[in-house]
Amino acid sequence: MGSNMAEAHPVGFANVVKAKELGAKVIHVDPHYSRTSALANMYIPTRAGTDIVFMGAIIRYLLENNLYFHEYVLHYTNAASLVKESFRDTEELDGIFSGFDPETGNYVDQGSWDYQPGDDGHPLTDPTLQNPQCVLQIMRRHFARYTPEMVEQVCGVPREQWEVVVRTLVENSGRERTSALCYAVGWTQQSKGVQIIRTAAIMQLLLGNIGRPGGGIMALRGHASIQGSTDVPTLYDLLAGYMPQPAAMIEPQEQEAKDRPTDTTWGEASGKHASALSQQTLEEYLSSSGQKFGWWSNIPAYMRSLLQAWYAEAANEEDGNCVYRWIPKITGDHSHLATTYDMLDGKVKGYLLFGQNPAAGSTDSRLQRKALQQLDWMAVFDLYETETASFWQRGPVPHLDVVDPSQIKTEVFFLPAAGSTEKSGTFTNTGRLLQWHDKAIDPPGDARSDLWYVYQFGKRLKQLYAGSQEARDQAIQALTWDYERIEPEPGSRILDDPDSELVLKEINGYYVYPPGQTGGPGSESLQGPLGLREAPHVPNFGALKVDGSTACGSWIYSGVYPEPGKNLAASRTPGGHTFLQWGFSWPANRRILYNRASADPQGRPWSERKKYIWWDEAAKKWTGDDVPDFPINKPPDYTPPPGATGIDALSGSDPFIMKPDGKGWLYAPKGLRDGPLPTHYEPAESPVHNALYTQQSNPAARYYKGKPFNKLAAVGDENYPIVITTYRLTEHHVSGQMTRWMPWLNALQPALFAEISPELAAEKKIKNGDWIIVSTPRGEIDARALVTRRMRPLRVQGRVVHQIGLPFHWGYKGRVKGSITNDLAHMVLEPNVSIEEAKAFTCNIRPGKLL
Amino acid sequence: MAVESSQQQTAIPHYPQWEPLRSVVSTFVGNKVAPLPEQPKMGFFTDTSLCIGCKACEVACKQWNQLQAKNPSWTGTSYDNTESLGAITWRHVQFIEDIGPAAMLPPPLPLFGKLAEAKSEGLIPETPPGTALPFFNTERWLMRSDVCKHCANAPCQEACPTGAIIRTEFDTVYVQQDICNGCGYCVVACPFGVIARDDDGTHTARKCTLCYDRMKEGIEPACSKTCPTDSIQYGEVDKLKAHARERLGFLQQQGVQEARLYGVDDTILEGGLNSFFLLLDEPEVYNLPADPPRPSNHVAPASFWAVLTAIVLGIFSILFFKE
Repeated sequence: MGSNMAEAHPVGFANVVKAKELGAKVIHVDPHYSRTSALANMYIPTRAGTDIVFMGAIIRYLLENNLYFHEYVLHYTNAASLVKESFRDTEELDGIFSGFDPETGNYVDQGSWDYQPGDDGHPLTDPTLQNPQCVLQIMRRHFARYTPEMVEQVCGVPREQWEVVVRTLVENSGRERTSALCYAVGWTQQSKGVQIIRTAAIMQLLLGNIGRPGGGIMALRGHASIQGSTDVPTLYDLLAGYMPQPAAMIEPQEQEAKDRPTDTTWGEASGKHASALSQQTLEEYLSSSGQKFGWWSNIPAYMRSLLQAWYAEAANEEDGNCVYRWIPKITGDHSHLATTYDMLDGKVKGYLLFGQNPAAGSTDSRLQRKALQQLDWMAVFDLYETETASFWQRGPVPHLDVVDPSQIKTEVFFLPAAGSTEKSGTFTNTGRLLQWHDKAIDPPGDARSDLWYVYQFGKRLKQLYAGSQEARDQAIQALTWDYERIEPEPGSRILDDPDSELVLKEINGYYVYPPGQTGGPGSESLQGPLGLREAPHVPNFGALKVDGSTACGSWIYSGVYPEPGKNLAASRTPGGHTFLQWGFSWPANRRILYNRASADPQGRPWSERKKYIWWDEAAKKWTGDDVPDFPINKPPDYTPPPGATGIDALSGSDPFIMKPDGKGWLYAPKGLRDGPLPTHYEPAESPVHNALYTQQSNPAARYYKGKPFNKLAAVGDENYPIVITTYRLTEHHVSGQMTRWMPWLNALQPALFAEISPELAAEKKIKNGDWIIVSTPRGEIDARALVTRRMRPLRVQGRVVHQIGLPFHWGYKGRVKGSITNDLAHMVLEPNVSIEEAKAFTCNIRPGKLL
Repeated sequence: MAVESSQQQTAIPHYPQWEPLRSVVSTFVGNKVAPLPEQPKMGFFTDTSLCIGCKACEVACKQWNQLQAKNPSWTGTSYDNTESLGAITWRHVQFIEDIGPAAMLPPPLPLFGKLAEAKSEGLIPETPPGTALPFFNTERWLMRSDVCKHCANAPCQEACPTGAIIRTEFDTVYVQQDICNGCGYCVVACPFGVIARDDDGTHTARKCTLCYDRMKEGIEPACSKTCPTDSIQYGEVDKLKAHARERLGFLQQQGVQEARLYGVDDTILEGGLNSFFLLLDEPEVYNLPADPPRPSNHVAPASFWAVLTAIVLGIFSILFFKE
């Protein structure tokens, strides 16, 4: 669901085809019959934006018919945990949870979502699962209205088809069998994307399909190494390895007297303003970001090692506080899309774009292009001149999008980038697998790798601020910034390309003060401090210390380069059940996360067929086909002593070690901005009213009401009655900025088209191949009509709803040109991750052409 | 030297005085000396039941063989903008939409209502035979990567007057570009519409070489190397054909009754195809002739009628003009 895997990930899909040959059943649920559907055992057309109803009904069915994996659910999930009495579900508040503030559109008080804490800070539980406040009972009530009839009414999927899916899942889950779910941006690009994925997680936990071979939820990433860009992040709200970016607090909030760390179940302060606690000092940051229980209790060591990697010796001043002050603190939503409005308001001066093409590839592209006009300067690093690099020249339809270069103040720099074969480095794929690639050839002319540009940029900034006395410039002055090659790369004419293996070494981590020495930093007898070049590598993140003796650029990648000459990302030894010698999979080369769950609470495999990780009683350790994702010597019958903290606070049968309670979260007591349980909301633009609640769409989503270029169609607006979804084709990549310059690919998919059903075509008097105009309140584009039975009208709430689909690969640069599909999409952002809703909105079509 | 030694091996008595005669004879009967090492026939098995329509084969072929791109033109024929094989298109992925007007519901499932009961009572077997889902859903989007069939008895080769079209040591059909004079006889002779004259470029006839240059180095052809799902398989024809028959058996066992092989049996073009297919519908659905005609088959009857006509006309003329 939410994925067109055969087209967007054809190489990965080869494994799906292989699994199908071996007997796996492939079911594709999607608004659009694609090349993925063609290979599936079953294809189910559904209305875009209704995934939570489809899966919510499965959850209800599993609960009501007692079909969930009892032993797994009881021991490995938080089904038995008790939630506070003050929690109010959507059942009681008609589509919203307790703690919502309608004025700000946020859940400002999430305290009521929390567990009932026991004396030791651990949540209270009811192993009989009968307590009305236990998670399982709350879920039973919450999902009661997600019936098969609702699937018919809301998704437009006949009950019989939905039943086949349930039956297939139930038959293929349990001790002997597992099922996997694959999704991609068909889920994430919705105003409730995170909650759709949560629904899948709940379903998989109930079926016992997490942490086991053949199970799981596969997040198919949209670009090569986009997984890597969240791990060593390019995201504004994360530091390396999923540590949160510190937040500035404008006004210090008074901590309520009742807030003691034991009042919550993760060992941090709670209360009305928990999320706005000050993070001005490292201690404050660690106490609000860390956890008392579970693996995240190690965050002080990871954070100190990160600061050490960035600032070397300076990181030891004031116990790290000195350099912590230099880390930028976030003051709000600084995501790519949210920043667009700041740009439009003139608050953003400069823009660096590496392989990003917002003028055609980002949502509401017309707004994006307007925003670019307000910049002082912009630098685009790309292979070819993109729509973004040339936004000042022309718009998609010259007479409609008038662009006057003399009126645009933005100074544009276009810098030629190197292709992937022209530089070395790692790709991190969907499976968290790091694979090194060598440089095959020098980039042509002045083209340089992104690493070269960033490194040179840093060097020049350091030069520029070298003599500054300003305190704010210390962050640049003190930054460790030396990735020079000692010897030039053999055969390369580029003599100043930085050493990418040295960067990998910093990410892996190294000993600033080699171990085996007593004392700590500052002690005179010690060898050190050592710099990046000469320091010994750390073997893994277990070696990282809080005392400043280790440095590590991203703790989750630690172990990828454990010793000189041993770059595991470059290893290519096939073999074994799980190919452990092929590349390196973070963390610690584990191929399946939480794989302790592949054994029963006593540590025995659930079945011989699904044997993966188990407890070896003789050797007193965990063993199996993978690296155990569990303390290796912690026996299954371990019970934490009173007062235990960190990972020792979790029992021997708590597989989900990143969670403070060690359980898989059916119910999320913390961490989400739009509710602890998934709830169906209609997309921001929908032809129908929400059949489940009065609350029409996600109350916590960011709508940017009243902002320009973002008009939304009203619910059921007869001017925009058609549901539209967007997708990719195999033949091009995203906005086509790389592929539309390649004649061989252009011949395969030369032009933008809209896929429409014969029924809709007849209604609108459109023939196959005709030009049509697609309109939304944001704008109009033209495309060729591809009339196909692969698009189907659906019966929703007693009426026919038409859906159309458009790829989004075209623009006004390149060797083939076409309208920009993203001009149609709006800017309504998902509350947790600020992603646009490009997969489900509304439009209208008519025959005609814009030019 | 090589010739002498092989002559000794063939144990033919050596009479130097016959040498001129031998060379004359050998031009007629072929030189029997210096046979090449035993080389199995090589070919393609294109299994359309695995094709995901990614067109990577088309691009890999164009890249390796450095073939011109077709002018981009959107056809509106499903996802097929390549349209046909030709002088600069040696792989072509077809897209055939075979989707009924109304959604067909799966058969009723009597067990479903009692699933919970059945599971608790152990009625659902430990290793269930699999839910009653068909191997393919009922709405089909057929995809097939088309290519030169490298016929065992190739009509193009028969039609070629210059000897430009030859069989290689791999038993593939190969057009020697330096010998082809661009007459185009092969173009009309091919019953599959594979070979074409490159009117914008070389003016010679061109088609798939089965990557002859790669084969000589022991490397598999670009298209099959690239195919992510192994829909295109390359190998020894005999082994591939055995595999194709096994594959057909597997699919039929899975209930894909419409699956069939094309070109595996010797019945097509009296000898079969070295590049053959597994199809999921009638050949005609894929624009393949069920029984491809061989133009040379018309030579004998046509000659007979021509000669007869000449004789009859001759007799008439003699009778008519004898006075």
